Amino acid sequence: MATPAASLPFRDETFRDDFTFRNSPETVLRAPFPFDKDSYMYAVNMELHKDGRPGTAFEEPIDVDEHYVSEMRDRALVLDEDPLRCQSLPHMTLAGWDTLELLMTCKAESYPEWFSLERNGDQWRWINRPLGIDDTFTFGDETTLPYGPLEYITRQAQGDFCVLDERQGNFWMDAGIVTTQADWSLDFDIGMNFFEWHAPVPLAHEKGIFKRALKYLLSIQQGNPARRLNWTMTVNPRLDTSPENYHQWGPENTHITPENVGDKLYLRIELQSFWRLPRSNALLFPIRCYLLSMHDLTTVPKWATRMHRVLKDLPDEIASYKGLDNYRQIAIDYLAPYDDGKPTSKGPFPD
Amino acid sequence: MSAGHRLLGAIDVVVTDVVELNPEVKRFHFARPDGQPLPAFSGGAHIVIEMKDGDVTRRTPYSLSSSPFETDDYQVSIRRDDNGRGGSLYMHRSVTPGMAMTISHPSNLFSLDKRATRHLMLTGGIGITPFLAQTAQLIRTGGEFEVHYGFRSHDVAAYVDELTARIGHRLHCYADDQGQRIDYDRLLSSQPAGTHVYVCGPTPMIDLVLSKAKEHGWPDAHVHFEHFAKAPPGEAFTVELKASGITIAVGEEQSLLEAIEAAGVDAPYMCRGGACGQCETAVVEYDGELLHSDHWLEDEERSAGQKIMPCVSRFRGKRLVLDL
Repeated sequence: MATPAASLPFRDETFRDDFTFRNSPETVLRAPFPFDKDSYMYAVNMELHKDGRPGTAFEEPIDVDEHYVSEMRDRALVLDEDPLRCQSLPHMTLAGWDTLELLMTCKAESYPEWFSLERNGDQWRWINRPLGIDDTFTFGDETTLPYGPLEYITRQAQGDFCVLDERQGNFWMDAGIVTTQADWSLDFDIGMNFFEWHAPVPLAHEKGIFKRALKYLLSIQQGNPARRLNWTMTVNPRLDTSPENYHQWGPENTHITPENVGDKLYLRIELQSFWRLPRSNALLFPIRCYLLSMHDLTTVPKWATRMHRVLKDLPDEIASYKGLDNYRQIAIDYLAPYDDGKPTSKGPFPD
Repeated sequence: MSAGHRLLGAIDVVVTDVVELNPEVKRFHFARPDGQPLPAFSGGAHIVIEMKDGDVTRRTPYSLSSSPFETDDYQVSIRRDDNGRGGSLYMHRSVTPGMAMTISHPSNLFSLDKRATRHLMLTGGIGITPFLAQTAQLIRTGGEFEVHYGFRSHDVAAYVDELTARIGHRLHCYADDQGQRIDYDRLLSSQPAGTHVYVCGPTPMIDLVLSKAKEHGWPDAHVHFEHFAKAPPGEAFTVELKASGITIAVGEEQSLLEAIEAAGVDAPYMCRGGACGQCETAVVEYDGELLHSDHWLEDEERSAGQKIMPCVSRFRGKRLVLDL
């Protein structure tokens, strides 16, 4: 991978070891804050993923931000250590090409100064300026790319990507690349159906959430992508909180103190989107991770207030499932001074 | 997913050609007015065509019969149904080259199972159309398949010559008027493991193949069928939409869903053929008979009288109230 041009607005930072990741104030303000009210419960919180609000992470269908180049470097490190983080069952290659086309066309349209795609029949030329890539290949011919189509393009796209095959009125996790995940493993879930990979989630099954969510996802059609937000919390700005590497990050869950909570504890937001792929009829499920430190939250008064209320009222089962038990009270105490007890304005966006 | 006044995922197209294939079937070609490619799709996908027929707007699904790799030119092949609600008659009589029309993005309820080692395709009459696209896809991506195509007689059988040229000995034809019949027992008892069977055709054919497959021990996951119900015409009736607070009239040749849309009420839908389940609507109360035509509701749900699929089903009686 070539060194990006210095003039491009991408930060040079790490998501491991010395953790030099930081958000600029502008990046904090554009984050997809996941709470649209002062409490949280599981819901089928789907909406159409289009016509996004300007100045937010929803503005472009595939968001690229200041962390892009460094996130891609972190992904390459994870894949070097563990190639099984990217898998594609044999019947999913066509869906890989669909994914490649979708990501290339979206990025070239949204960010023409950084990405461009020239198509001449099956002969495609892809230029990715931030990563210093200029490749010509034959669409549909795997031998003309250095990796399979899914791995090739998702080494150049922030967030994890699951590719779901539709069969028997269900979705099957038959391909994906997963290196920025909240404690789940593609290698464990590969080949599972929608109900199987969601089996560990508490409360939501009883509420019928997954049956309704599946029905909604099955209805997603080409040209009408959908999205939802999910969240958890992470100690240190570490993208790769995987079960495979639990020995590296698990012990850090006990490292939060009242002194370090502001800079060391992060709200981990997942912007999940759902796209029907044209040739394979598969569903592409990108899971994009945004990290906001507790201190970042205090720069947006409404968000600090809301985070405080959500953490205080969160059902214990959900807090435990998300792994918050070691530091939940410390975070509540840290945020309490930012909660004036008054009602917050409607919706998730800053005032 | 809901519709409003504009078709979901609408694409404006122009009719580039209309070809009469035989006395019953015409093929319609669509392209974008600006010549840009249409969206890629997968074999077995359908589009919904919006027909503005005087005061009535019909939205009817048809399988794409062209190759998924030819996105400059979408093709659908439509058999004229003299007893239907008039959609096919409108297409046959009123649609001519140069006309502007609106279609939906393709969606697929009859996808190939890409894990199959072999695809056995069984079809009757105009049910051949999704297999035209699927075989084009398999020729390009690789995959073993066989098509068994039954029809009344050669003069109303579309695409026999084209398919023979394209797939040769993998096409097997059966003409009713020559006493030829597909031997389902032989076919379904002699397939290698890993074969998937697909059926699209008249309802009795689909029902027969499904029951024969069960008899021969086929796992459900290896049996695929495309079963678009037609929204039948019927007596006019009125319906109260409780949440919207209005009462609307459904005409003889209008579907309940079309009447709901014409009243400006946003109702969910996808296939408009009683197959996908998206338009399932709660019946608040009724005094009369729910005339179900879908393939979605279970028998118990029908007899409970609490749900209806407005895309194809109707009502006869004094009063119907829906939760819309």
